[in-house]
Amino acid sequence: MYYIDPHIHMVSRTTDDYETLAKMGCVALSEPAFWAGYDRGSAAGFRDYFEQLTAFEPKRAGWYGIQHYTWLCINAKEAENVSLAREVIAIIPEFLDRPGVLGIGEIGLNKNTRNEATVFMEHIDLAVRTDEQILIHTPHLEDKYQGTRMILDMLCDDGRINRDRVLVDHVEEHTVRQVLDEGFWAGMTLYPVSKCTPARAADIIETYGPERLLVNSAGDWGPSKPTAVPDFILEMRRRGHPESLIRRVVYDNPLTFFSQSRNFVFNPPDVAEPAQL
Amino acid sequence: MPGLRTAREVFDQQFLPVRAKLLEVAAALDRIDRSNGSLANDPRRTQVQAAIQVLLRPEDDRAEQIQLIFSRQYDRDWRENFRMTNDE
Repeated sequence: MYYIDPHIHMVSRTTDDYETLAKMGCVALSEPAFWAGYDRGSAAGFRDYFEQLTAFEPKRAGWYGIQHYTWLCINAKEAENVSLAREVIAIIPEFLDRPGVLGIGEIGLNKNTRNEATVFMEHIDLAVRTDEQILIHTPHLEDKYQGTRMILDMLCDDGRINRDRVLVDHVEEHTVRQVLDEGFWAGMTLYPVSKCTPARAADIIETYGPERLLVNSAGDWGPSKPTAVPDFILEMRRRGHPESLIRRVVYDNPLTFFSQSRNFVFNPPDVAEPAQL
Repeated sequence: MPGLRTAREVFDQQFLPVRAKLLEVAAALDRIDRSNGSLANDPRRTQVQAAIQVLLRPEDDRAEQIQLIFSRQYDRDWRENFRMTNDE
Protein backbone atom coordinates (compact mmCIF):
# COMPACT_ATOMS: atom_id res chain seq x y z
CA MET A 1 0.00 0.00 0.00
CA TYR A 2 1.25 3.46 -0.83
CA TYR A 3 1.53 5.71 2.18
CA ILE A 4 2.67 9.17 3.28
CA ASP A 5 4.72 9.74 6.44
CA PRO A 6 3.58 13.20 7.60
CA HIS A 7 6.31 13.63 10.23
CA ILE A 8 9.83 12.29 9.83
CA HIS A 9 13.23 13.95 10.33
CA MET A 10 15.17 12.72 7.34
CA VAL A 11 18.20 14.99 7.90
CA SER A 12 18.97 12.58 10.73
CA ARG A 13 18.56 9.47 8.59
CA THR A 14 20.72 7.86 5.95
CA THR A 15 20.16 7.66 2.23
CA ASP A 16 19.65 3.92 2.75
CA ASP A 17 16.58 4.83 4.82
CA TYR A 18 15.12 6.73 1.86
CA GLU A 19 15.62 3.62 -0.25
CA THR A 20 13.96 1.42 2.39
CA LEU A 21 11.02 3.81 2.73
CA ALA A 22 10.50 3.77 -1.03
CA LYS A 23 10.55 -0.03 -1.06
CA MET A 24 7.94 -0.08 1.72
CA GLY A 25 5.54 2.08 -0.30
CA CYS A 26 6.32 5.58 0.99
CA VAL A 27 5.57 8.04 -1.81
CA ALA A 28 5.79 11.30 0.13
CA LEU A 29 6.84 12.62 3.52
CA SER A 30 6.95 15.87 5.41
CA GLU A 31 9.82 16.96 7.58
CA PRO A 32 9.25 19.52 10.34
CA ALA A 33 12.17 21.57 11.61
CA PHE A 34 13.34 20.25 14.99
CA TRP A 35 16.09 20.11 17.58
CA ALA A 36 19.41 18.85 16.25
CA GLY A 37 20.45 17.30 19.57
CA TYR A 38 22.35 20.43 20.55
CA ASP A 39 21.39 24.09 20.79
CA ARG A 40 22.40 26.03 17.68
CA GLY A 41 24.33 29.17 18.44
CA SER A 42 23.03 31.63 15.88
CA ALA A 43 20.26 32.46 13.45
CA ALA A 44 22.75 31.78 10.67
CA GLY A 45 22.80 28.16 11.78
CA PHE A 46 19.05 28.00 11.27
CA ARG A 47 19.32 29.63 7.84
CA ASP A 48 21.68 26.84 6.81
CA TYR A 49 19.28 24.27 8.26
CA PHE A 50 16.33 25.73 6.36
CA GLU A 51 18.44 25.62 3.20
CA GLN A 52 19.08 21.93 3.82
CA LEU A 53 15.37 21.26 4.43
CA THR A 54 14.17 23.13 1.34
CA ALA A 55 16.91 22.34 -1.17
CA PHE A 56 19.00 19.25 -0.44
CA GLU A 57 16.51 16.93 1.29
CA PRO A 58 13.94 17.18 -1.53
CA LYS A 59 16.71 16.25 -3.94
CA ARG A 60 17.88 13.30 -1.83
CA ALA A 61 14.29 12.05 -1.43
CA GLY A 62 13.74 12.45 -5.15
CA TRP A 63 16.53 9.99 -5.91
CA TYR A 64 14.10 7.33 -4.69
CA GLY A 65 10.91 8.79 -6.08
CA ILE A 66 9.77 10.18 -2.72
CA GLN A 67 8.19 13.65 -2.65
CA HIS A 68 9.60 15.72 0.20
CA TYR A 69 7.79 18.55 2.00
CA THR A 70 8.88 20.57 5.00
CA TRP A 71 7.86 22.91 7.84
CA LEU A 72 10.00 25.70 9.29
CA CYS A 73 10.46 27.11 12.80
CA ILE A 74 12.74 27.21 15.80
CA ASN A 75 11.78 24.26 17.97
CA ALA A 76 10.46 24.52 21.50
CA LYS A 77 13.67 23.37 23.13
CA GLU A 78 15.73 26.18 21.61
CA ALA A 79 12.85 28.63 22.04
CA GLU A 80 13.90 29.02 25.65
CA ASN A 81 16.35 31.55 24.17
CA VAL A 82 13.75 34.16 23.23
CA SER A 83 16.10 36.62 21.56
CA LEU A 84 17.54 33.92 19.30
CA ALA A 85 14.02 32.64 18.59
CA ARG A 86 12.94 36.10 17.46
CA GLU A 87 15.93 36.33 15.11
CA VAL A 88 15.00 32.96 13.61
CA ILE A 89 11.31 33.83 13.26
CA ALA A 90 12.39 36.94 11.37
CA ILE A 91 14.24 34.93 8.69
CA ILE A 92 11.55 32.26 8.18
CA PRO A 93 9.56 34.37 5.65
CA GLU A 94 12.56 34.23 3.29
CA PHE A 95 11.80 30.53 2.80
CA LEU A 96 8.01 30.36 2.90
CA ASP A 97 7.51 30.59 -0.85
CA ARG A 98 9.91 27.80 -1.66
CA PRO A 99 8.42 24.67 -3.23
CA GLY A 100 7.38 22.08 -0.69
CA VAL A 101 7.24 24.39 2.33
CA LEU A 102 3.89 23.51 3.94
CA GLY A 103 3.91 25.91 6.86
CA ILE A 104 5.23 26.64 10.35
CA GLY A 105 6.35 23.68 12.47
CA GLU A 106 6.98 21.81 14.53
CA ILE A 107 6.37 24.54 17.05
CA GLY A 108 5.05 23.81 20.53
CA LEU A 109 6.18 23.32 24.08
CA ASN A 110 8.87 21.20 25.69
CA LYS A 111 8.95 21.92 29.43
CA ASN A 112 5.88 24.17 29.39
CA THR A 113 7.78 27.34 30.34
CA ARG A 114 6.83 30.97 29.96
CA ASN A 115 9.50 31.54 27.31
CA GLU A 116 8.30 28.55 25.30
CA ALA A 117 4.73 29.83 25.43
CA THR A 118 5.88 33.30 24.34
CA VAL A 119 7.75 31.96 21.31
CA PHE A 120 4.90 29.59 20.48
CA MET A 121 2.47 32.49 20.26
CA GLU A 122 4.91 34.50 18.13
CA HIS A 123 5.14 31.58 15.70
CA ILE A 124 1.36 31.39 15.63
CA ASP A 125 1.20 35.07 14.84
CA LEU A 126 3.66 34.61 11.97
CA ALA A 127 1.62 31.69 10.60
CA VAL A 128 -1.60 33.69 10.72
CA ARG A 129 -0.04 36.77 9.13
CA THR A 130 1.48 34.72 6.29
CA ASP A 131 -1.52 32.37 5.90
CA GLU A 132 0.54 29.28 6.68
CA GLN A 133 -0.56 25.93 8.04
CA ILE A 134 0.71 24.92 11.47
CA LEU A 135 2.25 21.68 12.77
CA ILE A 136 2.57 21.40 16.55
CA HIS A 137 4.82 19.31 18.79
CA THR A 138 3.41 18.34 22.17
CA PRO A 139 5.76 17.63 25.09
CA HIS A 140 7.09 14.29 26.25
CA LEU A 141 5.98 11.95 29.02
CA GLU A 142 4.80 13.64 32.23
CA ASP A 143 4.73 17.08 30.57
CA LYS A 144 2.49 16.06 27.67
CA TYR A 145 -0.90 16.49 29.33
CA GLN A 146 -0.27 19.94 30.76
CA GLY A 147 1.57 21.07 27.62
CA THR A 148 -1.16 19.89 25.29
CA ARG A 149 -3.80 21.65 27.35
CA MET A 150 -1.72 24.86 27.35
CA ILE A 151 -1.29 24.64 23.58
CA LEU A 152 -5.03 24.18 23.10
CA ASP A 153 -5.68 27.14 25.41
CA MET A 154 -3.44 29.36 23.27
CA LEU A 155 -4.85 28.15 19.97
CA CYS A 156 -8.47 28.44 21.06
CA ASP A 157 -7.86 31.93 22.42
CA ASP A 158 -6.76 33.12 18.97
CA GLY A 159 -9.89 33.69 16.91
CA ARG A 160 -7.86 34.13 13.72
CA ILE A 161 -6.88 30.45 13.53
CA ASN A 162 -8.55 28.08 11.07
CA ARG A 163 -8.52 24.83 13.06
CA ASP A 164 -8.76 22.70 9.90
CA ARG A 165 -5.26 23.88 9.05
CA VAL A 166 -3.60 22.96 12.34
CA LEU A 167 -2.11 19.55 13.21
CA VAL A 168 -1.41 18.80 16.87
CA ASP A 169 1.09 15.97 16.91
CA HIS A 170 2.24 13.22 19.29
CA VAL A 171 -1.22 12.69 20.78
CA GLU A 172 -1.78 9.69 23.04
CA GLU A 173 -4.72 8.19 24.91
CA HIS A 174 -4.98 11.07 27.38
CA THR A 175 -4.72 13.93 24.87
CA VAL A 176 -6.33 12.82 21.63
CA ARG A 177 -9.92 13.50 22.66
CA GLN A 178 -9.34 17.15 23.58
CA VAL A 179 -7.48 17.83 20.32
CA LEU A 180 -10.20 16.30 18.13
CA ASP A 181 -13.02 17.83 20.14
CA GLU A 182 -11.56 21.29 19.56
CA GLY A 183 -11.60 20.68 15.80
CA PHE A 184 -7.88 20.25 15.13
CA TRP A 185 -6.11 17.46 13.28
CA ALA A 186 -4.24 15.00 15.50
CA GLY A 187 -1.09 13.01 14.78
CA MET A 188 0.03 9.80 16.47
CA THR A 189 3.75 9.15 16.58
CA LEU A 190 4.86 5.51 16.53
CA TYR A 191 7.94 5.11 18.71
CA PRO A 192 9.58 1.98 20.11
CA VAL A 193 9.26 3.02 23.79
CA SER A 194 7.68 6.45 24.32
CA LYS A 195 4.65 7.96 22.56
CA CYS A 196 2.40 5.43 20.70
CA THR A 197 2.99 1.91 19.49
CA PRO A 198 1.33 0.68 16.27
CA ALA A 199 -1.10 -1.39 18.36
CA ARG A 200 -2.11 1.56 20.57
CA ALA A 201 -2.50 3.79 17.51
CA ALA A 202 -4.83 1.16 16.02
CA ASP A 203 -6.76 1.16 19.32
CA ILE A 204 -7.18 4.94 19.05
CA ILE A 205 -8.43 4.64 15.46
CA GLU A 206 -10.93 2.01 16.62
CA THR A 207 -12.06 4.29 19.45
CA TYR A 208 -12.29 7.62 17.61
CA GLY A 209 -12.55 6.65 13.94
CA PRO A 210 -10.25 7.90 11.14
CA GLU A 211 -11.51 11.49 10.92
CA ARG A 212 -8.64 14.02 11.21
CA LEU A 213 -6.19 11.39 12.52
CA LEU A 214 -2.72 10.77 11.09
CA VAL A 215 0.08 8.36 11.97
CA ASN A 216 3.78 9.06 11.58
CA SER A 217 7.16 7.62 12.48
CA ALA A 218 8.85 10.87 13.57
CA GLY A 219 12.06 9.03 12.68
CA ASP A 220 14.99 11.09 13.93
CA TRP A 221 18.48 10.75 15.49
CA GLY A 222 17.16 8.98 18.60
CA PRO A 223 15.58 5.56 19.10
CA SER A 224 12.94 5.55 16.37
CA LYS A 225 11.88 3.46 13.42
CA PRO A 226 11.43 5.17 10.06
CA THR A 227 9.30 2.28 8.80
CA ALA A 228 6.84 2.49 11.70
CA VAL A 229 3.91 3.47 9.45
CA PRO A 230 4.06 0.12 7.58
CA ASP A 231 4.05 -1.52 11.03
CA PHE A 232 0.78 0.28 11.71
CA ILE A 233 -0.62 -0.85 8.34
CA LEU A 234 0.24 -4.45 9.20
CA GLU A 235 -1.35 -4.14 12.65
CA MET A 236 -4.57 -2.82 11.12
CA ARG A 237 -4.61 -5.64 8.58
CA ARG A 238 -4.06 -8.25 11.28
CA ARG A 239 -7.17 -6.90 13.00
CA GLY A 240 -9.18 -7.31 9.83
CA HIS A 241 -9.72 -3.65 9.01
CA PRO A 242 -10.54 -2.91 5.36
CA GLU A 243 -7.90 -1.49 3.06
CA SER A 244 -10.09 1.57 2.51
CA LEU A 245 -9.91 2.49 6.20
CA ILE A 246 -6.15 1.95 6.39
CA ARG A 247 -5.58 3.94 3.22
CA ARG A 248 -7.68 6.78 4.60
CA VAL A 249 -5.38 7.11 7.62
CA VAL A 250 -2.00 6.66 5.94
CA TYR A 251 -2.64 8.26 2.54
CA ASP A 252 -5.90 10.15 2.09
CA ASN A 253 -5.79 12.05 5.40
CA PRO A 254 -2.27 13.44 4.89
CA LEU A 255 -3.25 14.48 1.35
CA THR A 256 -6.37 16.22 2.63
CA PHE A 257 -4.45 18.08 5.31
CA PHE A 258 -1.45 19.02 3.17
CA SER A 259 -3.65 20.11 0.25
CA GLN A 260 -4.58 23.22 2.22
CA SER A 261 -1.04 24.55 1.76
CA ARG A 262 -0.36 26.72 -1.29
CA ASN A 263 3.05 25.06 -1.78
CA PHE A 264 1.70 21.52 -1.79
CA VAL A 265 2.05 20.07 -5.28
CA PHE A 266 1.65 16.30 -5.28
CA ASN A 267 2.17 13.92 -8.18
CA PRO A 268 0.31 10.67 -7.46
CA PRO A 269 2.36 7.57 -8.21
CA ASP A 270 1.63 6.26 -11.69
CA VAL A 271 2.68 2.67 -11.07
CA ALA A 272 0.81 -0.16 -9.40
CA GLU A 273 0.91 -0.33 -5.63
CA PRO A 274 3.46 -2.65 -4.03
CA ALA A 275 2.26 -6.08 -2.98
CA GLN A 276 0.53 -6.27 0.38
CA LEU A 277 2.95 -6.30 3.27
CA MET B 1 -16.25 2.27 15.33
CA PRO B 2 -17.51 -1.24 16.22
CA GLY B 3 -14.90 -3.92 16.86
CA LEU B 4 -14.38 -6.39 14.06
CA ARG B 5 -13.26 -9.22 16.30
CA THR B 6 -14.82 -11.07 19.18
CA ALA B 7 -13.40 -10.78 22.67
CA ARG B 8 -12.30 -14.41 22.36
CA GLU B 9 -10.37 -13.68 19.17
CA VAL B 10 -8.64 -10.68 20.68
CA PHE B 11 -7.85 -12.54 23.89
CA ASP B 12 -6.42 -15.50 22.00
CA GLN B 13 -4.11 -13.14 20.14
CA GLN B 14 -3.18 -11.03 23.17
CA PHE B 15 -2.86 -13.70 25.87
CA LEU B 16 0.81 -14.53 25.38
CA PRO B 17 1.94 -10.89 24.91
CA VAL B 18 -0.02 -9.83 28.02
CA ARG B 19 1.41 -12.75 30.01
CA ALA B 20 4.92 -11.81 28.91
CA LYS B 21 4.48 -8.13 29.82
CA LEU B 22 3.01 -8.93 33.24
CA LEU B 23 6.00 -11.18 33.93
CA GLU B 24 8.36 -8.38 32.88
CA VAL B 25 6.70 -5.98 35.31
CA ALA B 26 6.69 -8.58 38.10
CA ALA B 27 10.34 -9.43 37.53
CA ALA B 28 11.32 -5.75 37.47
CA LEU B 29 9.53 -5.12 40.77
CA ASP B 30 11.21 -8.22 42.28
CA ARG B 31 14.58 -6.93 41.04
CA ILE B 32 13.97 -3.58 42.72
CA ASP B 33 12.94 -5.25 45.99
CA ARG B 34 16.06 -7.43 46.00
CA SER B 35 18.27 -4.38 45.66
CA ASN B 36 19.72 -2.34 48.50
CA GLY B 37 18.09 0.83 49.80
CA SER B 38 14.53 2.07 49.99
CA LEU B 39 12.13 3.79 47.57
CA ALA B 40 9.80 4.87 50.35
CA ASN B 41 10.06 8.55 49.36
CA ASP B 42 10.11 8.10 45.62
CA PRO B 43 6.81 9.30 44.11
CA ARG B 44 7.43 7.21 41.01
CA ARG B 45 6.94 4.04 43.05
CA THR B 46 3.57 5.36 44.14
CA GLN B 47 2.71 6.07 40.50
CA VAL B 48 3.61 2.51 39.53
CA GLN B 49 1.46 1.11 42.31
CA ALA B 50 -1.46 3.31 41.29
CA ALA B 51 -1.07 2.21 37.67
CA ILE B 52 -1.18 -1.44 38.70
CA GLN B 53 -4.41 -0.78 40.57
CA VAL B 54 -5.92 0.69 37.40
CA LEU B 55 -5.29 -2.61 35.61
CA LEU B 56 -7.80 -4.26 37.95
CA ARG B 57 -10.60 -1.83 37.11
CA PRO B 58 -13.41 -3.02 34.82
CA GLU B 59 -13.63 0.15 32.70
CA ASP B 60 -12.15 0.17 29.19
CA ASP B 61 -10.15 3.40 29.61
CA ARG B 62 -7.22 1.90 31.53
CA ALA B 63 -4.56 3.19 29.12
CA GLU B 64 -5.88 6.76 29.39
CA GLN B 65 -6.08 6.55 33.18
CA ILE B 66 -2.53 5.21 33.47
CA GLN B 67 -1.31 8.01 31.20
CA LEU B 68 -2.89 10.53 33.57
CA ILE B 69 -1.24 8.91 36.60
CA PHE B 70 2.14 9.52 34.99
CA SER B 71 1.25 13.10 33.97
CA ARG B 72 1.62 16.43 35.73
CA GLN B 73 -1.76 17.91 36.54
CA TYR B 74 -3.18 20.56 34.27
CA ASP B 75 -2.90 23.99 35.85
CA ARG B 76 -5.78 26.08 34.52
CA ASP B 77 -4.16 29.21 35.91
CA TRP B 78 -0.91 28.84 34.01
CA ARG B 79 -1.29 32.20 32.29
CA GLU B 80 -1.74 34.04 35.56
CA ASN B 81 1.17 32.14 37.07
CA PHE B 82 3.35 33.14 34.12
CA ARG B 83 1.92 36.67 34.22
CA MET B 84 0.88 36.29 30.58
CA THR B 85 -2.30 37.95 29.48
CA ASN B 86 -4.24 37.42 26.27
CA ASP B 87 -3.15 40.78 24.90
CA GLU B 88 0.55 40.27 25.60
